[in-house]
Amino acid sequence: MAKSLKLDVVTPDRTLLSTEIASLIVPAVEGYLGVLPNHAPMILGLLPGAVKYRSDGKLNFLSISGGFMEIGPDRVTLLADCAEKANEIDRERAQAAKGRAAQRLKERPSGLDVQRAELALKRALARLQVTDYSK
Amino acid sequence: MPGVRDIKRRIRSVKSTQQITKAMEMVAAAKLRRTQGAVIAARPYAEKLEEVLGRIVASTQDKVHPFMVKRPVKSVGFILVTGDRGLAGGYNANVIRKTMVEVARITDAEKGFIPVGRKGRDYLRRRQRNMTAEFIGINDVPTVLEAKEIVDVAVKSYLDETYDEIYLVYQEFVSALTQRPVIKQLLPIPYEEQEETGTSEYLYEPAPAQVLDMLLPKYILNKVFQGLTEAKASEHGARMSAMGSATKNADEMIGKLVLSFNRARQAAITREITEIVSGADALKAQ
Repeated sequence: MAKSLKLDVVTPDRTLLSTEIASLIVPAVEGYLGVLPNHAPMILGLLPGAVKYRSDGKLNFLSISGGFMEIGPDRVTLLADCAEKANEIDRERAQAAKGRAAQRLKERPSGLDVQRAELALKRALARLQVTDYSK
Repeated sequence: MPGVRDIKRRIRSVKSTQQITKAMEMVAAAKLRRTQGAVIAARPYAEKLEEVLGRIVASTQDKVHPFMVKRPVKSVGFILVTGDRGLAGGYNANVIRKTMVEVARITDAEKGFIPVGRKGRDYLRRRQRNMTAEFIGINDVPTVLEAKEIVDVAVKSYLDETYDEIYLVYQEFVSALTQRPVIKQLLPIPYEEQEETGTSEYLYEPAPAQVLDMLLPKYILNKVFQGLTEAKASEHGARMSAMGSATKNADEMIGKLVLSFNRARQAAITREITEIVSGADALKAQ
């Protein structure tokens, strides 16, 4: 019985992470989902948010901006549109992006792409959350 | 035999051409390095995506997604990826030829094109081929945004039935010295018909149809992005080796010219001496 999982996080422009982990929590479309070794095979869509994983007894965080994930018996492949480790996040930029998106959603100028603004807000929040967690 | 001065002029002209080819070679090499990095970095994602998609398609029974519906083929579209500029050896010609061979094989359907890159567009325009849209000036390291614009056009013309099948033709990047023109079916998404083997043990969240909804657009986008990136890397590679051999040829040519320059110079000197000597002899004889 497998005691650990292999986690691969890949984005279109790089392989962010390829490591052994003990557990994982991801922002799935229908709510956060925890994964332990020997999970049933599953394919799920992901929302922008924070990914939390435990490896070597330490908690680590990533921010992702949506994507999807395949769970196999001893490995997890996470395909994100964009993903960052906590130390790569530009906090000020995320803060600014959050402000902009929130502003736009509040004012609702005509022709606003609400879905897009909401996604932008979620992405910014995910980044901020990740930097908060890993302080 | 051309005069000394003519040869000298030739040498100078070949030399300045050589400087240009050398500079182009180095520029291409630098760009290649950047683009090559992008190609290699993009491969794992593309592979994983393909893997996951393959498994999903194999395990869902209903192929209902619009991107997967096969229609009777009345019209075929080709996305032809070429460079914006020439001087890259056979790079542009090869990929165009590959396309045209394929086009000639299709006899029972309309054919249309979406050229990406000036060379391909000019070729198609000269032959007055039917073009849906054109994309010029793709970045040296293509961005996802550029790919998205192309995909949007392709998807739209597929969904409104302008084309019933869409192919992507580009030069695949094998190594800096080798490129291979490839044709890939973009839409409808090709999949292998599978026997129902009960492999559908996957759980889905959300439902399979929705997962496909999320996944297929990404898949197509990635395929085009991958194609663009590979094509650019190939272009730089092709240009680098073409310019490399041009520089080498110029070297050879200069060598030959210098040789004949020296010969001409020596001949001129000999002639002059003969003239002086015979002049002196004539004076003496008087």
